[in-house]
Amino acid sequence: MSTLFLSRNPRVAARALDGEMMIMSGKDSTLFTLNKTATILWQSADGTTPLEEIVEKRICAEFDVEPAEALQDAVKLAHDLAGHEILQISDSPFQQGKATGDSR
Amino acid sequence: MGFPLPQSTTAIETLHFDVVIGGIPVRVNTGDPEFLAILQNRYAGFTGDSGEPEIEFDIDLQAPKNIADDAPVEVTHRHGRWCLARGDFYAEWEPASRKGSIRQTANPYSIDAVLRIVHSLVLARQGGFLMHSASAIRNGTAFLFAGVSGAGKTTISRLAPSDATLLTDEISYVRKHDSGYIAYGTPFTGELAKLGENVSAPLGALYLLAQGKENRIDPIPPADAVRGVLANILFFAQDDDLVQSVFRSVFEFVSRVPVLRLTFMPDSRVWELIG
Repeated sequence: MSTLFLSRNPRVAARALDGEMMIMSGKDSTLFTLNKTATILWQSADGTTPLEEIVEKRICAEFDVEPAEALQDAVKLAHDLAGHEILQISDSPFQQGKATGDSR
Repeated sequence: MGFPLPQSTTAIETLHFDVVIGGIPVRVNTGDPEFLAILQNRYAGFTGDSGEPEIEFDIDLQAPKNIADDAPVEVTHRHGRWCLARGDFYAEWEPASRKGSIRQTANPYSIDAVLRIVHSLVLARQGGFLMHSASAIRNGTAFLFAGVSGAGKTTISRLAPSDATLLTDEISYVRKHDSGYIAYGTPFTGELAKLGENVSAPLGALYLLAQGKENRIDPIPPADAVRGVLANILFFAQDDDLVQSVFRSVFEFVSRVPVLRLTFMPDSRVWELIG
């Protein structure tokens, strides 16, 4: 499995409230509420941290889950979020300054 | 030196009419007195001669044709100009010059849609919004009753006591001010087909309507309040910046105005809980 890098799409609006991360698409105004794992991916999507590292340091640290299984689920989730244009994904790091979405 | 040549063209008199909603005057210029009469009738109570309108539209009336007014609305922003299109109208508006044009047939529904869109765009920049909700003033405070079609906006409006002033039974107008939010009356009507009163008051609360077997008010978590507000805001533009602006505005609104669940049965006693 190749390394993935995640970056927040700067075209969405995001805000956390009462522990819920809410994201609104700039394209069609659809509102998304992220679950805990998706919220971790969003908050960690700085464009330069590999997904494996996010899974190891954030997801496995928070949930009782095998690293290999967690990574497989995280890859699928990252693609889902990219499909909704919430995240951008790449097999190489994003240029510094590209991850401009609000991580709050 | 000869005599001046006679004019070979005849000036067409341009008539104008100001529609003032939410304190924002929008001037409509037309050369057609019959269309002007339609507008004067449609917006009775929401007129004025502002001298200096915030926005000015020239109307280009087209010959009648069969075009559905339930076609999708497209609102796009290009090169400093908004383009508004639906099957029955095409409009452009340039905020910098405050001027625009509307091409439509001589009916009040097309310009009504244009006004709703334009006001939603203006308010989005100012932290306010139009909302699918009935609203009324009671004891000097305004209250909004939001919900999708069938949630009870018309019913709660119909049940309003005589000491309540109805602002609208369909689309509420909310502007942000330093001290809070103000709700204004609108001419945008729902099933009651009755124009709201052209008055305003500080907003006291937003109720998300639910029909039930009793009348009660319940608090709701802030995240549900945000979802409830967003679900009822009228917003048409495909524009990243404006979407982000509206999103931020909703969070600020929820932090400053109580958003509550109002469960009610079709009974006028529900108004004992309001105001």
